[in-house]
This record gives sequence, C-alpha cells and structure tokens, in this order.
Amino acid sequence: MSTRLAKGGRLIDRSTRAEFMFNGKRLSGHQGDTLASALLANDQMLVGRSFKYHRPRGIMAAGPEEPNALVNLGHGDRVEPNQRSTTTELFPGLVAQSQNHWPSLEFDVGVVNSYVSRFLPAGFYYKTFMQPRAAWKHLFEPVIRQSAGLGPAPKSPDPDRYEYVYGFCDVLIIGGGIAGLQAALTAGQAGKRVMLIEQTPHWGGRAVVDGDVVEDEPAEDWVKSAIDALATMKNVTLRTRCMGAGVYDHGYVLANERVADHSPGDGRPKQRLWRIRAGHIITATGAIERPLSFAGNDIPGVMLAGALRDYLVNYGVSLGDRTVIVTNNDDAYLTAIALAEAGLAVPAILDARTEVTGDLPERARALDIRIEAGRAVARVKGGKRVTGVEVCLQAGEGAVLEEIVCDAVAMSGGWSPVVHLWSHCGGKLTWSDHISAFIPDTTRPPITHDGSPMVTVVGAAAGIYRTDDIITSSGVVENTSPVPPVWVMPQGAPVALRSKMWLDYQNDVKVSDVQLAAREGYESVEHTKRYTTLGMATDQGKLSNINGLGVLSDALGEDIPRVGTTTFRPPYTPVTIGALTGEARGELFQPLRRTPMHDWHEANGVYWEPVGHWRRPYCYPRNGETHAQAVHREVLNTREKLGLLDASTLGKIIVKGPDAGRFLDMMYTNMMSTLPVGKCRYGLMCDEQGFLSDDGVVARIDEETWLCHTTSGGADRIHGWMEDWLQCEWWDWKVYTANVTEQYAQVAVVGPNARKLLEKLGGMDVSKEALPFMQWADGTLGGFAVRVYRISFSGELSYEIAIRASHGAAFWEMLHKQGAEFGAMAYGTECLHIMRAEKGFIMIGDETDGTVTPLDLGLSWAISKKKTDFLGKRGMERSHLADPDRWKLVGLETLDGSVIPDGAYAVVDGVNANGQRNVEGRVTSTYYSPTLKRGIAMGLIKHGPDRMGEVVTFNKVDGGTIAAKIVDAVFFDKAGEKGNA
Amino acid sequence: MHDLVSALGGKTFEGFAKIREIGPLGMISLRCDLRQKPLAAALKKLGLSVPAARRIVQKGGRSVGWMSPDELLVILPYADVGSTLETLRNALAVIHFLAEDVSDARAVFRIEGEKAEQILSKLCPVDLAGLEPGELRRTRAAQVAVAFWVEDGGYTLVSFRSVASYVMGLLTHSATKGSEI
Repeated sequence: MSTRLAKGGRLIDRSTRAEFMFNGKRLSGHQGDTLASALLANDQMLVGRSFKYHRPRGIMAAGPEEPNALVNLGHGDRVEPNQRSTTTELFPGLVAQSQNHWPSLEFDVGVVNSYVSRFLPAGFYYKTFMQPRAAWKHLFEPVIRQSAGLGPAPKSPDPDRYEYVYGFCDVLIIGGGIAGLQAALTAGQAGKRVMLIEQTPHWGGRAVVDGDVVEDEPAEDWVKSAIDALATMKNVTLRTRCMGAGVYDHGYVLANERVADHSPGDGRPKQRLWRIRAGHIITATGAIERPLSFAGNDIPGVMLAGALRDYLVNYGVSLGDRTVIVTNNDDAYLTAIALAEAGLAVPAILDARTEVTGDLPERARALDIRIEAGRAVARVKGGKRVTGVEVCLQAGEGAVLEEIVCDAVAMSGGWSPVVHLWSHCGGKLTWSDHISAFIPDTTRPPITHDGSPMVTVVGAAAGIYRTDDIITSSGVVENTSPVPPVWVMPQGAPVALRSKMWLDYQNDVKVSDVQLAAREGYESVEHTKRYTTLGMATDQGKLSNINGLGVLSDALGEDIPRVGTTTFRPPYTPVTIGALTGEARGELFQPLRRTPMHDWHEANGVYWEPVGHWRRPYCYPRNGETHAQAVHREVLNTREKLGLLDASTLGKIIVKGPDAGRFLDMMYTNMMSTLPVGKCRYGLMCDEQGFLSDDGVVARIDEETWLCHTTSGGADRIHGWMEDWLQCEWWDWKVYTANVTEQYAQVAVVGPNARKLLEKLGGMDVSKEALPFMQWADGTLGGFAVRVYRISFSGELSYEIAIRASHGAAFWEMLHKQGAEFGAMAYGTECLHIMRAEKGFIMIGDETDGTVTPLDLGLSWAISKKKTDFLGKRGMERSHLADPDRWKLVGLETLDGSVIPDGAYAVVDGVNANGQRNVEGRVTSTYYSPTLKRGIAMGLIKHGPDRMGEVVTFNKVDGGTIAAKIVDAVFFDKAGEKGNA
Repeated sequence: MHDLVSALGGKTFEGFAKIREIGPLGMISLRCDLRQKPLAAALKKLGLSVPAARRIVQKGGRSVGWMSPDELLVILPYADVGSTLETLRNALAVIHFLAEDVSDARAVFRIEGEKAEQILSKLCPVDLAGLEPGELRRTRAAQVAVAFWVEDGGYTLVSFRSVASYVMGLLTHSATKGSEI
C-alpha cells in the first residue's frame, strides 16, 4: 500500500495539515503536496477508470504527462473536469471526484467493456457505425456520448476572473530546471531582458530530486543561489506556475500562469494568459520518462520510475513496501537506490539489457540489490492493486521463470526529450539511436522572419542529461548513458500478452491495436493515430507516442525515423477556455457602442436591436404592449403627431479639399460636385462590381467641404473605403476625410408637429421658406448650438438635428419635455423601417445583399449619365448586370391584406435542374402597415416594373402560398406632400 | 450654455491603481502635409510645435500629438476649441488641410498609481518598458482602438466615446485588487 513515510519530503511542510475530499471521503495532506501525492499518502492508489474499458487506474506519473489521475476538481460553480491531480496543488478544502465510472470508482459497470475488449478493437467505431446512416445520429451517437467522455462539462458560469498580459523580452526561457536557470544566468548577466517561466511552483527540475551535483554543489544549493542571483537582476523576470503553451511565428509565445488555481476565491484572477513577444526563445523543457509495454502495465501500483522517486523525495510518499524495478536503462537504478536508502525493499531490478554495467548499477549492487539482466516482466499480477510480477526472459515469449511478490512496480523505458515547443513552429527532429528518442535537430531549427533561428534548445530537452554538459553547454547526446530500444516486453510476447500492454492509458490503446492498424494497412503514423486514437486524449500522447511509434515501425518493418512522428501542436498542456477568453466575457465580451441617449432609452423601457456593435432602440413598449403593438403606436403617432428618433448612429464623414467634389463624384453614382452649399442630396455608393454598397444624404458645407451621411453599420467601412481609394489609388488628389460620427448626437424630429416643436424652442428660422426640404442650416434651438438638416426618411415633415454629443442627452430630454404638448413620442428602428417601406424607400441590407445594383432598385435617376466615371460604372455595364431579365424592385400588395413572410420567394411552375421549385423573385421588405392597415411589401420580381397589376404567388413556411399584386413601391403619400410641408 | 456631459459623467474606480474618466477635453483633428510651413506657424501661435513621428508635444495645458504621417491631434481646454479652430483655419487657409472638432467623439481616462503600467500591459500589445517620455502610442485596448501617453506621473488614455463604457469595464477589470502582476 502507498503511504507517507516518517521522514523526507522536501516540498511538504509536515507542520501543516490540509484536509480535502476525494469521492466524498475526507482525507488529509500537507501544504506542498500535490493532490496526487496526498492521495498516495492516504493509500488511494485507485484514482480513475480508463476511457474505453473502464480499467482500474492508478497514478502513473508525477507531472503534466499523467494520463490516468484526472479528476473533477472543485465544487459548485468552480467544478473543472479533467484536472491532472499530479499538477494540482493541494489546498485545504479541495474537493475532487474521480471520473469515468458508474456507479462508483470501486465498482464500475462499464468494466464489462474490458471483458468484451476483443470486440472493441482499433477502428471499432468506424467499422461498426457506418451503416445505417440514420442510426448514427439517433442511436449510436447519443449512446456513445453518454458512456464516453471523461469529466462532465461545467454547467454554471465560471465565477472566476481571467486576464491577458502582453510580455516582451529579448530572451524567453521556458523551463526552470538546471538548463533553464543556467541559460537565464547567462542571458541575464549579458544584460538581456530575460523572462524565465516554469510550469511547476518550484525551480530546479529533476536535478534536485535526483541529488545531482552542479558545479561541485548539491543541486538544491546551486538552484537556490541561481534564483537568488536572478532575483537581483532587474532585467530578469521570473514566473513559476507558468506553462509555456505554444510557440508561434516571429517569436510569439503563449504561456498560461495558474495564478490562483491553488487558492480559489482569494480575489486573484484564476489564470493569466501571457502573450509574449520574444527576441529569442530557449526551450529548457526537460524530458519525460517512457513506460515499458508489458502485460498489466496499467494496474494501479505500476508507476514510472522517476515519478516514484519524485513522490519519495519531494513528498515523503512511498508507493509500496516492495518495489520491483523494470528498466532498459541506468536511470531507473536511481529509484532503486533511493528506495533502498529510504529503508524500503527492492526485491529485484529486472533489466531488459543483457549486460548491465555503469556507475548506477554498481551503486545498486553495492547496496545488495538483486539485479537480473536480460529479464522482463511477463505479466503484472493484481486487479485494483499490484500483487506481484511474473518474470520472464526479454528475448523470449513470456514463459514464467519466477514470480516475485511486490506491491509496486517502477518502470523506465528511457526518457524522451520534450520537443513540443521546439516543434510547434517548424523545428525539425532527428532520431537518436543512442538514447532511442527523437531529439531536436539543431541544424533545422524554427526560423524567424530573417531566416535566423528563433528557438534554441538546451538540457534534457536536447537529449543532454549530464549536469556538467548542461552547465558548460558543450555536451553531446552521446555523453548520456545509452538506452536500447525496448518496445515490447518480452520481445516475442504472444497476442494474449500484447492485448494487455497499454500504450495510451487515457484512450485505452494497446500494443495489439497498433499492430492491428498496421496489418489493416495504416502505414502513415497520422492515420494510425486517428484510427486507433493513440495520443489523442487530453495528454496528447506524452507517454504513448514514442512507444506507439516503436510498435508501429516494428509492425511495418520500417525504421522509426522513416515512420516519423505525429504533429506537435499547441498547447503543451490543456489551457482552459476561460484563460483563452481573458477579460472578454459578460459585459466585456464585445464592445457595445452607446449613443449619448443610451441611458434614456434604457430608462424608458427600450427593446434593443443590435446594429453593428451599436444598440439601437427597436421600440419602446409601454404598459404591457407587445413589440408589434408598440411599433404600431409609434408609427401612427409619428404619422399623426410627432416622433423622435435617436439617429446618432448614422455615419458622418467630412470630406474636404480642392479635389473633394471630384472625389465624391467617383464615390457616388450621382453628381455631388454640383451640389450647392447649404443643400442636401441623396446619394448611392457602389463597389467596383456595380453592386449597391451604401446610401445616405450628402450635405455641402462650404466650397471645399461635404458631409457624407452613411448607414449606421457602414460608417467605419465607408470611411475605410474612402481612405483606401485616397491612399492607394488617388494619392495625389487633395482630399482629406474625417469620421466625425461620434462627435454628434443626431435626432430626427418627425411628423406634422415637427416644426411646431422647433419653433417653440426658438433660436432659428425653420420655416418652409427659410429651410426648405433638402437644405440645412446652422443655428440654435432652445439654447443649443445645432445643425439642422431638412431631410426625411419617413415621408413626413422631418428635421434631422445634429448636436455635439456632450449635449445629446440634454437636448433629447428637452425635445421630449417641450414636445409633450405636440404628442412627442420616441420611436425605434422598426417604426423607422415601416415608415420608409410605406414610402418605398430602400434600406441597405434589406433591398440590397451585395448582389443588387441601383438599376435593379429602379434608382436610375440617381445614376449620373453625365459622369465619365464613378466606382461601379463599368461593373454595371457588364452583360449580366445590364440583363433586362434581372429581378427588379416593385411594391407588393397581398390580395387578402395579410403580410407576406420575410424571405418568401415568388414561385412559378416546374423545377430547375437541381430539382428546386422555379422562382421569379423574392420579398426584400415586408411589414404590416399600421397607416394603411394591411400588409405591404417590396420585392425583386422578374420584369417586375413591366407587370404592374399582375398577381404573383409567394411561398409560405407552412407550405401554403399567398397571392400578391404587383404595384408601385410608394404606398403612402405618392405626391410627397407631407414631407414638403 | 448647457452643461457638457462626458461619456461616463466622470466615473472613477479605485483598484490597485486609480481610474478616472475625465473630460470632456478639447480635441481637434488636423490633417495636412506636416512639413508645410504654415502648420509650424499655426502651432507656434498656440505655443506648440510640430511633433515628430509618434510623439506628443505638451506646453501650457495644450498639446499636439502625431497620429499619422498627415494627421495631428491638438488637445486643449474644451472652451478653447472654437477659437483655436478659427485660428488654425485662418492660418492654414493657404494650404490644403482639414481641421475638425472631435472633442465630443472621444472619451478620456486617467490611469494613476504606482502600478498603472500593469493595467495597460494587460490590455494593449505594447512594450511599455520601451515607451519613451513624450511618446504617444496608438494601439488597441482589447477590442477597441485607443491612444495613450504618459502625463503627470500617470497615463492619459483616449478612446472613442461610444465605447467608453467598455473601456471603463476593461480598466476596472484589469485594475481590480488582487490582479497585480
């Protein structure tokens, strides 16, 4: 059984006590523990069930590579699935639940999958669920989704806070072991701006655990003085709990700092995502130990040898009293020595190598530890715990020579350099036969904009394991003690054993699965990965990839370098969506643009409509009105009395210069240069294709200055469009533009009483004579400096009044107060839409969709025949756009007075080549007109203007149809008397 | 004269640094060929000079910042905008230029305190250690355009008026106590 030893544990504080809950059990650990070490200290060796077969699983590793010991961490709103207990720092009150079992961890129904495992081979899902197709959606997928998946996704909003930080440095060092520290010292002393990040809370990496000697000092002391030295350097930034997640182009690195994962609710952000621009990147990411593939290598009690050492040295925790070591390299002997020195039994070291020499084996021999060369584990005995191992010859087929009783097995298949960050941005790898691992090919590093290397790799990440070599940065891989390849143990294992050898613990991929994939023709490692799911779990194959490759290349009879690796992609370990989101959630999810009158709308029961990033009032329901009722009230009130519209969102672009008229003649389809000062003109803008892009009223301010109104959504786009032409094409034209949209609040004062209100306010002459339709004037109203445009989008007598934004709210409130006697009432965008449709005015985005020309909309009067050129002129002349068969805008009046559904098509008999119903047009705007008390619509109909009075048929969502007569698009006040009043 | 109301009415937040929405502040967007002599003469009348690229020149409660190769931003007391616009328009009449009042189109914030820099480093992709005295930095804060410069031991940050509430939210979030880097 696993337990806390009486002594030892360099990272824990035995004077503290941290109580925590695991699967409802109250357990206790110390400050400094990880959840994994605390679980082991409480003899909780069974920590989860495997994904597919629901096999009992124990803790395998001590770091981020852990595949098994994933938990649902936290409770209430703070529950997080798939948290690795090996990297979770223990804190008092921690609550964790193991995953993937039902009804309980100890007794799990899903384990039945294990007994039918021969029926769940690689590619099982592909093979089984191909046919019938409908069954996938309705039967297989729901059932599989229910039984699969590790932790459940949290359902309530995350109560924590996240943020980004933009970091900059000359040298970014990822990994705070000896190699990273040494690199930081070197760069720091050279005066570089250095950032050193380490994913754990502790500096020093493995060297400290393994009792290495660095520059004649114990590693622990060396690390301490290195950190002390770095801390005094102003040019060096040190961050622990900060994981280098991804390396991207041009020295861009994402790193995730776990600020308050270990102190939830303490008011700090939970995590902080660093977005770092580094001049150069040094990866000092160390190496990860590989498991060995023997039958039963997943039974709780089997652990990586280095991890077992971590628990012993860092946390004073032993996995068992009797530990059998199985290895193919010298490093595992450190574990044997550490165990023996801690007074624990090591019944045997089974070494797959036939010859065992070297310093570490000699030290083990000196401690009287039994070393068996050329031996292997035939099978681990036990179910939820290891009870012993069967020993066989590595060279044989698994005939049992001997059984050794033990309660723990420490395995080491050698170490694989962590090459992920080196590889993210194109660093290449090379296979080292010497240590049987991929190592960075330093002749083919990731390169940056000028072709120079962007990343340097140091230490174990480069396959350099000896501290002397790291300090002098002169080592070569060959200095590391050799590791022969051992992919299957024993090498001639029969299928019964191979189907119990786990490669990928988390996704339950076995040696037999990869061999099956090879037999079925999967030669590419990328295909094999997807077919078997090897390396596709949350650990992304940190333990399994190389062993899987070894097995695959053996099965294919190819060298490993020829088979190659799968692609290493960021992030190195999972980063929660919360961290990637940063501050952008809730109110800050997206910028919301507010007009100066926003608060008034809110206080007056507004129902909002998003328009671009703006919020505009759709309507203002009163006293339990529906939105439709509110809109109808607003329409009638505006038509009969007085409506007030917040039109501040309208784009306002100043265009000024000697060439401004010439420029606007190019931008608009009609003539703007001839517009007299003081007057307004409606204009259309097309793109080069000839499609209508924006519209609005242009006012001539002075000899050199025009003010262009754009649609609310179009202000920034049209300003950019103008600048694009000015900067890239007509750079020698003397024109400047300025987007002054937000400088002014704008209010439309609309309706028969509009003039009465303005006259009451006083300050300027707004009479028909002084300010006729389509003119503007500067002046004051009620003491406010204003610019008044006599323009109308409703057909009513209408003034659009621009006022500085800082006065916007006060002016708006004054209009309501003073206008009350005239029936003043605010109206929203839907009322605006209905009124413009009643007048047959087009709306960009309704009548247009990027494929509609002004001619389609009957706007030929707004297309200058005199101008030699304007944007879209040539586009419109192309045969298809000039085709007389194009659908053209008309008004539509339903015969029964009902409203045509939005988006309806005008249908005709027969079907087209695709079997779709033939159509001859579509509705573009459709409303119930409160003024006319009937449905009105506009639509694009083939030969429409030539078919006045004809009846066309529109489809409905319910399958029925609706008949409508083609009429003039102007439904209301055709003579325009009201607007000209 | 009616009261001028800034975008947020002078909202403040006290976190590990202090955030204040100030203003309205007078601002004039000025576009012309920055090498033209009448420009230098016009700015001289205001006690200012033409700033170099990415710089802001400050003097006696007025400043002028470089916004682009053909655009400056004149910052001044709100009440002086009208007369200053007139001065500029008269002085620049001989050349091609544009001068527009943009005071109301902006929201202005002050970020003050020992760790004010940290707040900007969370929102703006800017190497603040490399920000020189007298430098005006146009960048973004999270999803919106901003410009800022160092002034009186703190930062002055300008955004568009319509997103003032969003910017205040960003600054508040980033300045919340406990979020010190």
